[in-house]
Amino acid sequence: MIIPHPLLGPRDAQEFTYLGDASLINRPDWQSENAMQEFHDYLYLRDNPAGLHRELWFHEQGDRSWLVVTRNTMTHEITQVELASDVARSHGRSR
Amino acid sequence: MTQVNRLSGGRLDRSKSLSFSFNGKAYKGYQGDTLASALLANDVRLVGRSFKSHRPRGIFSAGSEEPNALVELGSGARQDPNTRATTTELFDGLTARSQNHWPSLKYDLLAVNDRLSGFLTAGFYYKTFTWPATFWEKLYEPIIRRAAGLGSLSMQNDPDLYDKGFLHCDLLVIGAGPAGLAAALTAGRSGARVLLAEEEFLLGGRLIAEDMALGDDPAAHWVARVQAELSSMDNVRILLRTTVNGAYDHGVYSALERVSDHMASPEQGKPRQVLWRIYPKQALVCTGAIERPIAFENNDRPGVMLGGAVRAYANRWAVTPAQSVVVFTNSNDGHRTAKDLLGKGISIPAIIDIRQDAPRLSGVEVLAGAQVIDSSGRSGLKSIKARLANGEIRSFACGALAVSGGWNPNLSLTCHQRSRPEWCEDIASFVPRRDLPPGQLVAGAARGDFSTSRALQGGMNEALKALQNIGLTGQGIELPKAEDADPSLTPFWHVNGAKGRAWVDLQNDVTVKDVTLAHQEGFRSVEHLKRYTTLGMATDQGKTSNIGGLAVMAELTGKAIPETGTTMFRPPYTPVALGALAGRSVGKDFHPTRKTPSHKWAEEQGAVFVETGNWLRAQWFPQPGETHWRQTVDREARAVRKSVGVCDVTTLGKIDVQGSDAATFLNKIYANGFAKLQVGKVRYGIMLREDGIAYDDGTAARFAEDHFVVTTTTANAVLVYRNMEFARQCLWPDLDVQMISTTEAWAQYAIAGPNSRQVLQKVVDPEHDISNEAFPFMACREVTICGGLRARLFRISFSGELAYELAVPARFGDALIRSLMAAGAEYDVVPYGTEALGVLRVEKGHAAGAELNGTTTSLNLGLGRMVSKKKDFIGATLSRRDGLNGEDQLTLVGFQPVSKGDFIVSGMHLMNNEAPTDAANDQGYLTSAIHSPNLGHSIGLGFLKNGHDRLGETLRAVNPLEGGEVAVEVLSPHFIDPEGERLRD
Repeated sequence: MIIPHPLLGPRDAQEFTYLGDASLINRPDWQSENAMQEFHDYLYLRDNPAGLHRELWFHEQGDRSWLVVTRNTMTHEITQVELASDVARSHGRSR
Repeated sequence: MTQVNRLSGGRLDRSKSLSFSFNGKAYKGYQGDTLASALLANDVRLVGRSFKSHRPRGIFSAGSEEPNALVELGSGARQDPNTRATTTELFDGLTARSQNHWPSLKYDLLAVNDRLSGFLTAGFYYKTFTWPATFWEKLYEPIIRRAAGLGSLSMQNDPDLYDKGFLHCDLLVIGAGPAGLAAALTAGRSGARVLLAEEEFLLGGRLIAEDMALGDDPAAHWVARVQAELSSMDNVRILLRTTVNGAYDHGVYSALERVSDHMASPEQGKPRQVLWRIYPKQALVCTGAIERPIAFENNDRPGVMLGGAVRAYANRWAVTPAQSVVVFTNSNDGHRTAKDLLGKGISIPAIIDIRQDAPRLSGVEVLAGAQVIDSSGRSGLKSIKARLANGEIRSFACGALAVSGGWNPNLSLTCHQRSRPEWCEDIASFVPRRDLPPGQLVAGAARGDFSTSRALQGGMNEALKALQNIGLTGQGIELPKAEDADPSLTPFWHVNGAKGRAWVDLQNDVTVKDVTLAHQEGFRSVEHLKRYTTLGMATDQGKTSNIGGLAVMAELTGKAIPETGTTMFRPPYTPVALGALAGRSVGKDFHPTRKTPSHKWAEEQGAVFVETGNWLRAQWFPQPGETHWRQTVDREARAVRKSVGVCDVTTLGKIDVQGSDAATFLNKIYANGFAKLQVGKVRYGIMLREDGIAYDDGTAARFAEDHFVVTTTTANAVLVYRNMEFARQCLWPDLDVQMISTTEAWAQYAIAGPNSRQVLQKVVDPEHDISNEAFPFMACREVTICGGLRARLFRISFSGELAYELAVPARFGDALIRSLMAAGAEYDVVPYGTEALGVLRVEKGHAAGAELNGTTTSLNLGLGRMVSKKKDFIGATLSRRDGLNGEDQLTLVGFQPVSKGDFIVSGMHLMNNEAPTDAANDQGYLTSAIHSPNLGHSIGLGFLKNGHDRLGETLRAVNPLEGGEVAVEVLSPHFIDPEGERLRD
């Protein structure tokens, strides 16, 4: 597979380490009333879509960027690649 | 008797006679032969035994689809089993042996299986070896293992080199038949970067296997002209002997180039094979078609061959399988075989054509509406029996039968990414669908365009389309006039009414009856059929049998073939040696070897090394006279506690963390607090996974308000860094933090023992006060040593003694260890290895990898009080789960045998004295056990239910795996200096 890195262009997938569902960005608030349940769901519940899947890849043997790759699990077609930090900010994550 | 079946002509270099041997007998062939063509030329018909029934078998095809003629090549370490004689290029000195028989090819005792055919039917494994269950392991499996499998391994290391390579191009053309050559020429002339991969050692495909003209010349002349032109182009590369084996995601292709398999051994420094990974912008599949047989009773005898193969042997290799050949066909393709053979002077007793309206052919008796119903000849075909249209039975003496059942497009590569082919009635076969994988096109016979004219045209057109797809422009080329025959046929799969066996899959001995039986027993899906009967498995992957099996199944279910199922292909197209997949990653090169900067020094000291991850670490340093590793390790561990020792701890992960939010960031990474750590201080920290389990520990040293150095365990250096980057980029992206792994940048040494300060004071420059008052326990500072060399000094201890760690830029590591040893000489300093390091930390009760084993929490580890309740950090919330905090938690305690002479080992499980030894009574387990040289007996660390409350109790430590039981006493894990006075001294 080839992943089009937003900064570095097309890179072979062997340079990357795969983590999983990009929902891991949405780490719950530890002070939320329902924190235990939210953390349980955050850590253990994943969608397993046949189709578009947003997932985290780490350019470990490259520039060490975490990326959010949108990949079609039926065809492996990659339709979008973003820097995970940009995605995290767009989800309201900050400090 | 030499080469009795050799004809005139062919694409051979007759000036180069080659000697080879088969089963110890010497033969001759020519340059340009394959092993198969040379064997046929020498009238060697019996070349192997079948897999299951041990039936005599001969050469069936002329290509990589060969199911029968698998031989063992070479000898010694180069012995290579299961090699297809049909794709093995002949060279002088080649040695080959047949396989799967005992004691000899001609007399094979296991041929008794053939008499037991009623027993060895579909699914016989499942039916036969099921009862009694205990027989499986002791009786059935060993017998089956001995009888099964083809060929044998040398059991020696492969002496050859295999390489991997990477290629990029605009257009990859796969196959150099008419379509591939026309495509390569079209794209090559346009200036595109073209890669032309051909499985064989000559270009041309069917163009050189047929007796045909292109324009006014023999086809071979056109091939030669195109080859010359392509070879002259800098933008075209031709890869001969290269099989494109797989089409992968995003248009990546794999190919195996057999660089040296046509020689006795590779040239000096050359690999045997190269596995290419090809990144083309477009790929054009021009892989041609594979002929299929017709099943009839006893259709597996040596001499029964594919018609197109017989033609190829006659035209290209100037060989006939016999002097008299009968043809069995359902199309005009069989007539073409007869015509070519007649032209070479071979006798054709008859063409048996299943079509009622079969055309005539001058000089041959064509039996329209006839079928072959049986054959005879034990180790080679002697005659066939045919049922004529009027029901009459006639026998024909013949040495070979050329069978043509039609051609199947070779569409394997078009299916590697899940795309299923569709049925084409015109040729009664599957053709690639229009929705090919992105960037892939297909032309020629692989697409079902069977005439040469259409193949040439298709190759050119698809090449132009490919160029257009990537924004290049090309121009059509002038194509030679070529035959444009009608490929129509009357679909015909097997002769009905056979009493005996009619083979569908020769390699796996699957017959029409087996398919019928599978159907009767309910295995009606094609996928089930395959697994129940093994149809289409093994080295040939059913290249000549899949569609036949499908057709029989369709007939039984009363459905059309496309409704019954399709064929599915997965990479690799042909078998690939594991050596080629491994490439150079073998032996010591399987993974990188990492050595610390003072590795050479350690070697000079006679260190014994141990692999920890990719690192080589000194395990211990034996001295003259020490005969057992325990002597060495005991001496090293005692010396540390008595005076001073030095240990290389370079391999610990080091992460440099900087930025105005560095402290805030570490506070989120570690379970314990770091925000208030003073500059110039170090703190031990523990990291949890988000699920609350501890996964790494280490220290963080604060060198400035905005600068920390984090250490990790050797094993987790990569993982911790990855997780920290995840936290920084994905969870808290706006923190002002930067980090980099500096593991390789610093050489680091532990100097431990009561005299460690004295030694250090000789090395650290005098302007740096490292007295106990100025540089107390858990201090860190940037210092200079040896007269101005910058270094980092940490006062931390893993051994429990007064101890330091000193880090210098990596290139000074070797010089530093030598300086430390020189400075320590007056204190009898010793180097100590990882084993003594382990002994010292167990004596002190420090947790390490065996305790942070992926199941334990900070509470289990006795570090529960460290974990902050006032902040968020990775693992904070879930570490508070009830399940991790309930009664009966395992806690880390120490153990010693009640009888001091006993030994305890890690992995032992703990049982109460009165309770039986079983899982229900399990009280915990030992994680680390050593002989303590400082206490003089065996000690250990381990987890015990409510361990803190059970100090002084005696328990049984049991070893159910190896037997044995030791009475142990529960103690505090801190065997040495429990108050930690030595650290602070």
